[in-house]
Amino acid sequence: MTNLIATTEICTWHEVEYTFISSLSDAGLLELRVVNETTYIPESELQKLEKMIRMHTELEINVPGIEAITHLLERIEQLQEEMRVLRNRVR
Amino acid sequence: MAFIDYYQVLGVPKTATEKEVKDAYRKLARKHHPDLNPNDAEANKKFQQLNEANEVLSDPEKRKKYDKYGENWQHGEEYEKYQQQQRTQHQGEPFTGGHASSFEGFGSDDFSDFFQSMFGQSGRSAGGRQAKFRGQDFNAELHLNLRDVAESRKQTLTVNGKNIRLTIPAGVENGQTIKIAGHGGPGVNGGPGGDLYITFVIADDPHFRRNGSDLYAETRLNLYTAVLGGEVTINTLNGKVKIKVKPETQNGTKVKLKGKGMPVYKRENEFGDLYVTYDIQLPTNLTDKQKKLFEELAGGGER
Repeated sequence: MTNLIATTEICTWHEVEYTFISSLSDAGLLELRVVNETTYIPESELQKLEKMIRMHTELEINVPGIEAITHLLERIEQLQEEMRVLRNRVR
Repeated sequence: MAFIDYYQVLGVPKTATEKEVKDAYRKLARKHHPDLNPNDAEANKKFQQLNEANEVLSDPEKRKKYDKYGENWQHGEEYEKYQQQQRTQHQGEPFTGGHASSFEGFGSDDFSDFFQSMFGQSGRSAGGRQAKFRGQDFNAELHLNLRDVAESRKQTLTVNGKNIRLTIPAGVENGQTIKIAGHGGPGVNGGPGGDLYITFVIADDPHFRRNGSDLYAETRLNLYTAVLGGEVTINTLNGKVKIKVKPETQNGTKVKLKGKGMPVYKRENEFGDLYVTYDIQLPTNLTDKQKKLFEELAGGGER
């Protein structure tokens, strides 16, 4: 069972607005859970969320930008894995 | 410890306004931010330098101090005296207004010695990248050789002073990373701990070349065994194996030893194959008799 963290706690700690988190969820970038009318973030999603918060606050990237970056990063990770396998093959 | 030109790091002139510093930092941070450069240690280092430069130049107090004493930072004694004077003049007032103490445990990506000597341990402001809820992820490398990963084994690693018992799965590949959840840095304010990522670096083996779970090796074969057939002893990962050689075996012939490769990662009792290529050795230093026999053979071939 995964731990749940209240979004309000995240918002307070990171000084981000709830609308930012909900728009990430609307864009399909984040999974939120609602229990008794309170919105929670599964612990397994926290790393992803904090990364997106950093992009937003440190680099001033908006949600569509984060969406595009997330897809590109996934591609990079796939390519890096492919490169690792190929590199081992030519050793 | 060397002087660091923070203006150069951000690529701004000494006369740059606060806004120009901020813009330069943002522009460079977008390029080198670790979140946008996964598994890139170089970008990580660069971003660290940017952060440090920004920390100093975006804070009017720190910038003033840096501009005034930065170039003369080597005159340690005078600097010390200055610090002491400051302390006596402003008793009770902290030299720097940092809140870093509440962020202990994030020390693995500390600022440079130069920064520490000028602004002290607590010189870092509380903002920016320290404001994490979840603990920091740790990365470690484990150097092994091919035989180490031929079977699963337990090993105890010491990471940041903590002992972690770990089972290294058989068949793990060079460059592969495994995640050990919760063994990174501690979370802040009740946040969960980060993860520990261990990357396996597997050295090349002198005898075997690896491709996935298959192994490749060469074995020498003397001319007579190649021509007439016989037996050859082959080294495998788990001991020697004798195999039959067919008569008239050609140089470069490849034979497959099924199941004698590496274990397949995360698959119980599944193994790759070992491919052995014959490297046929021609005899040297022939005696007169041997030479004659070869001449006879050569003549026979022409007939």
